[in-house]
Amino acid sequence: MTQKQKKMRLRIIIAGILFLVLFALEHLGHLEEYEKSWWMPIIFLIPYSIVGYDIVWKAFRNIRHGQVFDENFLMMIATFGAFGVQEYSEAVAVMLFYQIGELFQNYAVGKSRQSITEMMDICPEYANIEENGELLQVDPDDVEVGMTIIIKPGEKIPLDGIVLEGESLLDTAALTGESVPRAVRAGEQVISGCVNGSGTLRVEVTKEFDDSTVAKILELVENASSKKAKVENFITRFAKYYTPVVTIGAVILAVLPPLFFGGTWIEWIQRACIFLVISCPCALVISVPLGFFGGIGAASKLGILVKGSNYLEAISKVNTIVFDKTGTLTKGEFKVSKVIPQEIQEEELMEFAALGESYSNHPIAISIKEACTKNLDLNRVEETQEIAGYGVCAHIDGKKFYLGNKKLMQDKKIAYKSYDDSMGTTIYVAREQDYLGAIVISDTIKEGAKTALGRMKKVGVKRCVMLTGDREEAAKTVAQKIGIDEVCAELLPADKVSNVERLLEEQKEGEKLAFVGDGINDAPVLTRADIGIAMGSMGSDAAIEAADIVLMDDNIEKIATIVLIARKTLTIVKQNIVFALSVKALVLILGAFGMANMWEAVFADVGVSVIAIINSMRALKF
Amino acid sequence: MKKKFKMQDLDCANCAAKMEENIKKLDGVVDATVSFMTQKLTIEADDERFDEIMKEVVAVCKKVEPDCQILM
Repeated sequence: MTQKQKKMRLRIIIAGILFLVLFALEHLGHLEEYEKSWWMPIIFLIPYSIVGYDIVWKAFRNIRHGQVFDENFLMMIATFGAFGVQEYSEAVAVMLFYQIGELFQNYAVGKSRQSITEMMDICPEYANIEENGELLQVDPDDVEVGMTIIIKPGEKIPLDGIVLEGESLLDTAALTGESVPRAVRAGEQVISGCVNGSGTLRVEVTKEFDDSTVAKILELVENASSKKAKVENFITRFAKYYTPVVTIGAVILAVLPPLFFGGTWIEWIQRACIFLVISCPCALVISVPLGFFGGIGAASKLGILVKGSNYLEAISKVNTIVFDKTGTLTKGEFKVSKVIPQEIQEEELMEFAALGESYSNHPIAISIKEACTKNLDLNRVEETQEIAGYGVCAHIDGKKFYLGNKKLMQDKKIAYKSYDDSMGTTIYVAREQDYLGAIVISDTIKEGAKTALGRMKKVGVKRCVMLTGDREEAAKTVAQKIGIDEVCAELLPADKVSNVERLLEEQKEGEKLAFVGDGINDAPVLTRADIGIAMGSMGSDAAIEAADIVLMDDNIEKIATIVLIARKTLTIVKQNIVFALSVKALVLILGAFGMANMWEAVFADVGVSVIAIINSMRALKF
Repeated sequence: MKKKFKMQDLDCANCAAKMEENIKKLDGVVDATVSFMTQKLTIEADDERFDEIMKEVVAVCKKVEPDCQILM
């Protein structure tokens, strides 16, 4: 509790005790004989002013500022009205109950704000730099690109950079929600916001703090609440009309029946006061954004950044998801997927191939080297020669080896066995004139891509479409393996936009289309789709900027998760709206017919707020 | 220019909405958001008159919720 809240609590306790004493005396009949005496209102005014003086003071001050219909004013009129009709204990009780509700509401909002900010506690407070052999702690803002920072075990990485020295395991959970630590060593990139494990790292800074991953993410999440969902805008507009309408209703209720239908003034003023107490729209105004804030917070804890409540609202209605193939459904990295040896051992074939490619940096060469399990003795390779467009010719153990495509085999007149793989490239290997076998290298489908699509279907996605620049066959093979419904292959980058536009046109009213891409060439498509989902690939700026939702760890399984989070958040928000409005409407009606009292009115105001806030907090947990 | 300010003692959500609405109406303000949840004011306004505009913003906020302070 803050100082302010503690003070309020004390005031409530004192006023509460005084009130209980008076209430007891009144009900035991000790005050009956004094009912008409002049000091009766005064003794009730004591607890009233202890607990409610600030309300009255604020009400007057705000009227002077031209703010008439605020809740302070309404509470003042309502309680003064109760005093006016000699319902002293009711006046005090209403004020007391109102303040208890306000305090509780204040506390609950503070608590939820705190838990959300704690969750986003990735902002580094300092960076260590070395000066004259001593470690200095400086503000990360003051560190410039190119400087060397030192990250001790257990510290947060303050700025993006490249490791110069040291090895460690990084905890990336705060950024990606991924609990398996990531190993880093010299020459590798590190990203701010991760927590260093057991090793000390020396890191060369590559980005200033404002451009670093952590600053970008924080900005994103903080700005998320400014992009409002439709429900939120509706509530804001509703609140603007609600208060004046109810207040006018109260005036009509107070004046018309006594004037024209012979009601007593006291009774109708009492009923009008009930209207005034209910007229504050606070329960709605607080709980709706709080729900969204909680949903966005829950998502970011899992490594899903949502850039605004509006996107959360949109993704809950998603029924078509369009995927980019490379980098999204496949890893975008090439791997040996098949080895077809001819009369030699598989390992032997791989060893020759790796030796032959040992001096090349071509992606295919790299993937062959990676796939080779044996230690390579580079002394065995004497001379290698690249034949552009064909492959490589290498001298290994004094013999000539040819590694390359069909054209190379045909050129050297080698009797090879043709092998066509729909997904990849085939490398043929020959020793002198003897054909040794083939190695197929292809892009691999992401682990979990199939389960991810399965989960999406389960949460109600009707149509999964894949867009790719690849050959039709390759695309279809991937699609079949993971359960894509439609494929558009052999597309140029511009075709992607027109395809998404076509799909958008086929959508029915109220259905949303999401595009998932790795963000590198997809910026226009990401913006065109209703919801652009990008692979954050741990810090790719282009992706973070162009998309509406960013998956920090590139795990597409989380798309189904975010849909569920969004639905839960929207359900909570809708529950709150329906609950608050119906309780208020009910008490208004009962009040107008004289069947509700002040107590119910205060419940309809602050009580409903508190319940709605507590309900909103559920959005935070997923 | 876009700037962000912390707000202290912003106690009521409805007030935040009112402040936002009134700040947006000020001359020279391109966009503004008052976030009750993060207790922050984000404002985008003309560069040349920024300080002047901020004075008006403070006045507007004082009017809606006198206890609330904008930390500059």
